[in-house]
Formats: sequence, C-alpha cells, structure tokens
Amino acid sequence: MGHLSYEESKKKVFQGLILLGAVTLIEVGLSLFGKGYIISGVENYSWVAYVVGLGLIVLSLYKAYFIIYDFMHMRYEVKGLALSVLLPTLLLVWAIIAFFQEGGSWKSRRDQIKEKNAEPAQKQGMLPDDVYRIDNLG
Amino acid sequence: MATTDTVVEHEVHDEKELWSGANAPFKASYGKLMMWYFLLSDAFTFAGFLIAYGSLRFSSPTWPVPDFVFKTHPFGDSELPLIFVTVMSFLLIISSVTMVRGVQEGQRNNTRGVVFWMLLTVFGGIGFLSCQAWEWNNLIGTEHMTVTRNPFGTHTEAGVYLNEDGTESSEVFEAGASFLIHKAGGHGHGDDHGDAGHGDAADDHSGGHDDGHGAADATAAGDFKGHVVDQEGFLHRKYKVTEGANAGVVKVEEFGPKAFGALFFFITGFHGFHVLSGVVFLIIIMLNAGSGLYVERDNGHEMVEKIGLYWHFVDLVWVFVFLVFYLL
Repeated sequence: MGHLSYEESKKKVFQGLILLGAVTLIEVGLSLFGKGYIISGVENYSWVAYVVGLGLIVLSLYKAYFIIYDFMHMRYEVKGLALSVLLPTLLLVWAIIAFFQEGGSWKSRRDQIKEKNAEPAQKQGMLPDDVYRIDNLG
Repeated sequence: MATTDTVVEHEVHDEKELWSGANAPFKASYGKLMMWYFLLSDAFTFAGFLIAYGSLRFSSPTWPVPDFVFKTHPFGDSELPLIFVTVMSFLLIISSVTMVRGVQEGQRNNTRGVVFWMLLTVFGGIGFLSCQAWEWNNLIGTEHMTVTRNPFGTHTEAGVYLNEDGTESSEVFEAGASFLIHKAGGHGHGDDHGDAGHGDAADDHSGGHDDGHGAADATAAGDFKGHVVDQEGFLHRKYKVTEGANAGVVKVEEFGPKAFGALFFFITGFHGFHVLSGVVFLIIIMLNAGSGLYVERDNGHEMVEKIGLYWHFVDLVWVFVFLVFYLL
C-alpha cells in the first residue's frame, strides 16, 4: 500500500483536506447562487437551475471519487477489486432513470385525478343519482 | 532431478495452502474484501432511500425549498441558509482526514499516533452527532415537523394574505414562495422563521411575541376571517389569489407534502445511526490499539484500516445526503 514515502503521503492527506473543503464551499456557494441569494433574480430562469444542479452533481461525484480513490486507497488495490466494487453501482443509473420517470408520471396522474374529480358526475344506469356520488362509493 | 523433486514438493505444498485458504482473491485480505462488499451493499440501501426521495419529489406538485427549511442555526437570531449544515459537513470531512492519518500511523505500527488520530476522529463524529441532535430538536420541537406532518408549504399561486378582519393586507407573495405553518397562540413558533407566512396573523402582537396575548382564544380551533386554526392547534393563514385562473378566490395555507418529513427523518436518521455505530467501533478499536493488541498481530493494524474504510464511507454517503437534501 505504501507507494509513497511517509512524508509524501502525510502531505497528500492535508492537500486532500483543503481540496474537499474547497469543493464543499464551492458547492454551497453554487447552491445559494442558484436560489438567488448572491444575485437576486437568477432563480427565475429555469436553465440556471439545470446548470447549477448539474454542476452540484458533478462536484459531488468528484468528491466521492476522491474519497474512494485517495482516502479509501482504492488507487492501490488490484483492478479486479476496484471493478467488482464500482461496476455494480452502474445499476443505479437505470434505477434513477426509471424511478424519476415514474415519479413524473405520478405527478401528471395526480393532475388527471384532480381534473376527473372536478368533472360533474355522469348519470348512468337506472339507480338514483346519489348512488354514484363519490362519498357513497368509498 | 533433485530440482524437479523440490518443485513438485513445492507445488504440493502450495496446493495444501490453497485448500486451507492461502490464496487471497484480489490480493486483499478476507476482512478488507468483505468490508468493501458490505459497503457496496450499504451504498445500495442509501441509494434506494435517496432515489425514493427523488421520485417522491418529482411526483409532488410542490416541495419544500431546502434553503428555507434549513436556515436555522444555534449561533444567534439571524438566518443563514445552509451554513449550519456546511459546518456539519466540515466536521465529517475533517474527521475523515484524521482517520487517514490514523491508518498511516497504524501502517508504521506507531500506537501512540493511532490512538491520537483516532481520538480526534471520535471527537469529529461526536460533534457531527451533536449538530444533528440540535437540528432534529429544532425541527421537531420548534417547527413541529414529524414523520407524518410537514409544516413547510409552498405557494403555487401568487396572492395576498388577509388581515384579521378579512381585508387584504400588505403581505404579497409570488408563486413558489415558502411558508411555515406555526402553532397558534405564539407558543414555540420558529424563531423569526418564515418571511412569507409568519404564523402570527393577529395584528395585536406583530411587533413582538409577548407571552400574555390571550393564548386561550388564539389556540381554539375554528374558522376565522383571517385564518383557520385546525384541531391540532396549527394556524393556517387565509390568502386571496391574485393571478391566474383562480384570481380572487380566498384559500387557506395547506401543509406541505407529507413525504418530506418521513424521508428527512429516515434518511438523516439512518445516516446518523451509521455515524453513531462508527463512533462506537472507533472507540473499541482505539482502545484495542492503545493496549498494544494490534502490534502483536500478524496483520498489524489492519483493524484500523477496516474501520477507516467504514468511516470514509459514512463521509461518502454524507456527500450525497448533503447534495440531495440541502443543495439541490
């Protein structure tokens, strides 16, 4: 594991502290910028939200890469170990796409249910009208 | 001839060691390899939680804005969005760095160094847990958020709040503005919390929240001209919509999406529980290291490396909890 000398690796650790701290501060600044705290008004543009969101995700993934490769020493493990741990997480890409798609579809279905509830009930069958009222059904 | 004999002998010897587990897959020890796979499975658990958060957020017409929800901190009256949680992040990052130093000292078999850096790591973890305790206490005790109730709402239409006599007030808000529903009667409402929806609709105490303003009257459930007090004592202000298809309609502030409270407490609670168990194991391994146990062992301070992997993972998960809950 010790590919670097003791003094070198000691120095590298504190460089890592400065790097992670700086990236975290940039993230917080970027997030507040996207919410319009630094320059008011930018929060009204939807593309600002997308760019800021993408930037935050990229910076977080960079932090994750740094923690895994330097702090957890994945850099010095055999390639097979790194692949067997990291490749399965690619399954999450599909999970994210599928579940977020599902979430969006629930939202539009929610609106649809609201619209249908607002429509006047149609008379059908031979029973009296109030049988079909929503509070009698459920 | 003699050489081949030794080769054969050697191979047989190797074979025996193989059967008794001499071959380490990926050149890693059993313990470290299993720690990696445990962390992989734990990553899937957290990913499942965070993806649930994302899909429920996408499925809701409104969602609480994080910089409105998380702007309280214990250092004074002013509101600083996201600052307190940034302090929490730095505590975890610093404790991760001290952990790396502890592992390095372990590789040199420097017992004193291991104990020193692990002790600092434990302090970082306890500091993080203390901050989280304050955050939870504030959300539950002061702002009345629970697993099934989320008092942080968002306006979907622009409008203007009503005065106590039912006339329009000067408090105008736009679509997307956040509000916090307080308990009626000024009892323990968030300190200066909520610019758009300051819970105290009654104008007689707009200047300060003196304790003596007729608590019995204000907390009684009922429908008033300027607000509605529900059975649990929450004060929902009334407002008149000023734009869009519903312009002119008087509406009542509603609670925000319920799922927010449950997701927040389950996900940060699950992470906090990881931190807590990490602190417990750090203390145990620190005491073992201090007693000189690992110097005696064949694999040296490998236990310190293994708890180190776990501790970095806790920091790694926080990177994503921080991203999903607080930054986005």
